Amino acid sequence: MIKGLFKKPRNELELSTTGAKPAPSGVYIPPELFTVCPRCKKSVFTSDVQENAYTCPNCGLHMRFPARQRIAWIADPDSFVELWPDLKSSDPLNFPEYKEKLEAAERASGESESVLTGTARIGGIETALFVMDAAFMMGSMGTVTGEKIARLFEHAAEEDLPVVGFTASGGARMQEGMLSLMQMAKTSGAVKRFSDAGGFYLAMLTDPTTGGVTASFAMEADVTAAEPGALICFAGPRVIEQTIRQKLPPGLGRAESLLKNGFLDKIVPRDQQKKFIVRMLRAHKKPRREG
Amino acid sequence: MEAKHRVAAARAKDRPTARSYIRSLFDEFTEFHGDRLFGDDPAIVGGIARLGQTYVTLIAQEKGTTTRERAARNFGSAHPEGYRKALRLMKQAEKFGRPVVTLVDTSGAFCGIGAEERGQGRAIAENLMEMMTLRVPVLAILIGEGGSGGALGLSVADEVWMLENSVYSVISPEGCASILWKDAGRAAEAADCLKLTAQDLVQLSVAERIVPERGKGFEETFALLRSDIEAFLDEKQRVPAEELLQARYQKFRKIQP
Ligand SMILES: [Zn+2]
Repeated sequence: MIKGLFKKPRNELELSTTGAKPAPSGVYIPPELFTVCPRCKKSVFTSDVQENAYTCPNCGLHMRFPARQRIAWIADPDSFVELWPDLKSSDPLNFPEYKEKLEAAERASGESESVLTGTARIGGIETALFVMDAAFMMGSMGTVTGEKIARLFEHAAEEDLPVVGFTASGGARMQEGMLSLMQMAKTSGAVKRFSDAGGFYLAMLTDPTTGGVTASFAMEADVTAAEPGALICFAGPRVIEQTIRQKLPPGLGRAESLLKNGFLDKIVPRDQQKKFIVRMLRAHKKPRREG
Repeated sequence: MEAKHRVAAARAKDRPTARSYIRSLFDEFTEFHGDRLFGDDPAIVGGIARLGQTYVTLIAQEKGTTTRERAARNFGSAHPEGYRKALRLMKQAEKFGRPVVTLVDTSGAFCGIGAEERGQGRAIAENLMEMMTLRVPVLAILIGEGGSGGALGLSVADEVWMLENSVYSVISPEGCASILWKDAGRAAEAADCLKLTAQDLVQLSVAERIVPERGKGFEETFALLRSDIEAFLDEKQRVPAEELLQARYQKFRKIQP
């Protein structure tokens, strides 16, 4: 707990901190101790936000959840075994300033790519798990992201495991050009083969899930759920406004409108996610094979 | 040639659109309409075409040639119903054992309110999955602009061919420059960095073949392309479906870090 208290917030989008000091004057309070909720504007203890699965203790806003913390929170204790943690982008196109951006993303997120993959038990059920991290270059999909996702579905097919995935992505990663776009086809192929083999895939779409990830593995699950208020779209509101030059209907691209339009099975707040995922994993558990 | 010149050539208003290819490459074409779910998207043309003795399902993005037609076809930017029409026709092709040929020419899938409300992301995602396991030969030919996911939605194929001056990119050079450098004026530089030309993409194993552009109205190009398509169909139709699907998956699967 104390450790969490002094951890620096990783990203200003995820936790907006100010120097607001709701404390007796004369006592120095480091600003990162407090988080100002972007929705209700209340200044709340960062540790409370973290302990509350990165939701606002005051209004319930679902903030961005760092991938590793999310795994610790959703998986059974000490059950996560990370797969392919050492895969790193090689900057295949030698794109200007990309290497520096990768290094900055590593520092900001503490991870080496925009997705963590591995196996874990959830409610006692062995599961293949991927969790994307918006703090790593806005969760964009590079070749390594696609490679880890494809490997995970192939691994799950071989080991006869269900797949649970949390998406968070700004879309394709332009610094990897067409190699990034091809990951949409690659991951879709892996999902399709896994699905054709009878595998069960549950996707939990979190804020933001957009572009190339929406147009591939985010929208290819057997059960597709989302977090409240999450932006889930192909094109972001700003891009649409620029294209059609008119005001957008409120809520366009938010989880609630996708549910209404028929693109989600369910919106599941964080405090109910573990129960929901375990229930779905049990419902799709295959009978033990004979012999 | 610099990438920016390829981009300009790919977008040129007098460049032949899908219609010219359909007329010149095939002996007959019957167009079909509608996705059976919502409507008919004029940005995507689909139907049955005959090439000598072989029938194929042809699906093309048509940008239009006159101002009025361009507007009617939404400049070749499809809505979800366009991708769903394409998928319906591809599944029909699979049922009757017809190969699929697609002609790709779009600045991108349409970004609009209706497109979002009707699930643009889901529509493209479904095509990517289904095309990967379509049990007939699939050939995608980039004839002009290959705009990101909107182009990929018709391009999960056994082979991807690119016209000499076509481009295929994850984002437009202007979009890339304005996001990365807050300066759309640096589009030429972005075009170079993105590696979006046919030469670049054959080198990166994204495309298999460059189709040379010859003749003022592309007459020589069309003649060459016709015989190349015939040879492709002849070869791929002999390959057992399982082998075809394995090779198609591996083609994309091997695009690794
Ligand atoms: Zn709040």
